Amino acid sequence: MDGRCSAAPRDRFARQGTEPFGADGRTRVVRTSVLASRPLGSLQEPMRGRALAHLSDEALVALVARSDESALAELYDRLGGTAYGLAYRVLRDEALAEDAVQDAFLGLWRSADSFVPERAKASTWLLTLVHRRAVDVVRREQRRRTEPLEAAPEPAEGSAEEAAWLRLERERVQAALAQLPDQQREAIELAYYGGYTQTELAERLGQPLGTIKSRMFAGLTRLRELLEERTERNSWTFTS
Amino acid sequence: MDVHELTAGYALDALEPAERGRYEEHLSSCERCREELERFWSVSGALARAAGGPPPPASLRERILAQARSERPSVVPLRRRAALPALSALAAAAAGVAIGIGFWAASVSGDLDDAREALAVLGDPGARAFPTEGGEARLVVTPAGDAALVVRTLPAAPEGKDYEIWVFEDDVPRPAGLFDEPGVALLSRPVASGQTVAVTLEREGGVDAPTGQPLFTARA
Repeated sequence: MDGRCSAAPRDRFARQGTEPFGADGRTRVVRTSVLASRPLGSLQEPMRGRALAHLSDEALVALVARSDESALAELYDRLGGTAYGLAYRVLRDEALAEDAVQDAFLGLWRSADSFVPERAKASTWLLTLVHRRAVDVVRREQRRRTEPLEAAPEPAEGSAEEAAWLRLERERVQAALAQLPDQQREAIELAYYGGYTQTELAERLGQPLGTIKSRMFAGLTRLRELLEERTERNSWTFTS
Repeated sequence: MDVHELTAGYALDALEPAERGRYEEHLSSCERCREELERFWSVSGALARAAGGPPPPASLRERILAQARSERPSVVPLRRRAALPALSALAAAAAGVAIGIGFWAASVSGDLDDAREALAVLGDPGARAFPTEGGEARLVVTPAGDAALVVRTLPAAPEGKDYEIWVFEDDVPRPAGLFDEPGVALLSRPVASGQTVAVTLEREGGVDAPTGQPLFTARA
């Protein structure tokens, strides 16, 4: 570089925020304000909504990665109730649960392109996001409830089919949990629904850390065996 | 207990932050743990669906959609506040950390969101990072020639101005994108080995040919 750049030819063109990356060497403006002001297809078609009902969760995530707002809305309609129920169960606070769900869906909105479908179902991914947010908050806020979570609240409302499936799923998981040795069930419930870390559980239960880890490992392994038959199903998608 | 045995705790989000980080680092290089985590995640997913809980308020849906609407689309290559996490992401990439489940799992921590998005841009395991002259920034180029500029410290562009990126093709600077504050900018032109990339401050919206001194340059 000699300080001042040499002259460029005059074959320029109006810059557009929407040109494809690298399309015939043209410049794509990457300034965010330009792209953010680009009208989203979904915003122009507010009625699309349930038109996406036939798509798998994974397909919806792919659309979300393309900033399709209606796909995000559809995912919320499918998973929002479950997500909120999970967040509420961990946080026991409506406002904090709402925040956790919002954070997770916006995390999805911002980063759907990083979803790896071979690794997990989209719904599991989203719920993992929700759970991670919830336990991070519950630890930060020091607001964990210490009692084991016995009576689960009523399931989130939704379509009758979804509500029925969720009820069955909850019963199935609870039945599987009930088959675990008490100590394994306790470790899993306090960790997952209570937001306790392994270290905290070791202190709380007066057990060596290694024992807690072993209980979690054995408990999850056994739970998987108990659930395996139908774990890959869910109520919204019928993937092969 | 070795790091393999943290998988159950990780699937339950029951690791301490330091352990979580250590495990995610381990995941990137351990296929066995990734497979085991997938299995455990299916269980924690079932636990999630079985959580019960009351229904969300009807307002939550619109709140989320309104917020999403107001944000940049996820395809936007420029990220605010991404510069610093992106640099550590680069270090991770340099260490051979692969993108995958550990990567998006790491992203669930809020402060890693930007790093994850930067990684999505910069995540090619074969990407190379080049230092810049005259600024705290890195040029990252994949084997395919896709390039991103990670700008760590630079004042926000003054009102009416933008930073413009140039890729020199046969000594002719070609415009390759604009940005207005530190972050990660995906270049709109491929960068080949030996090519020079420069950044100048130009009027808002960019110009066809650079008019000012390069603030920094990098050679791929």
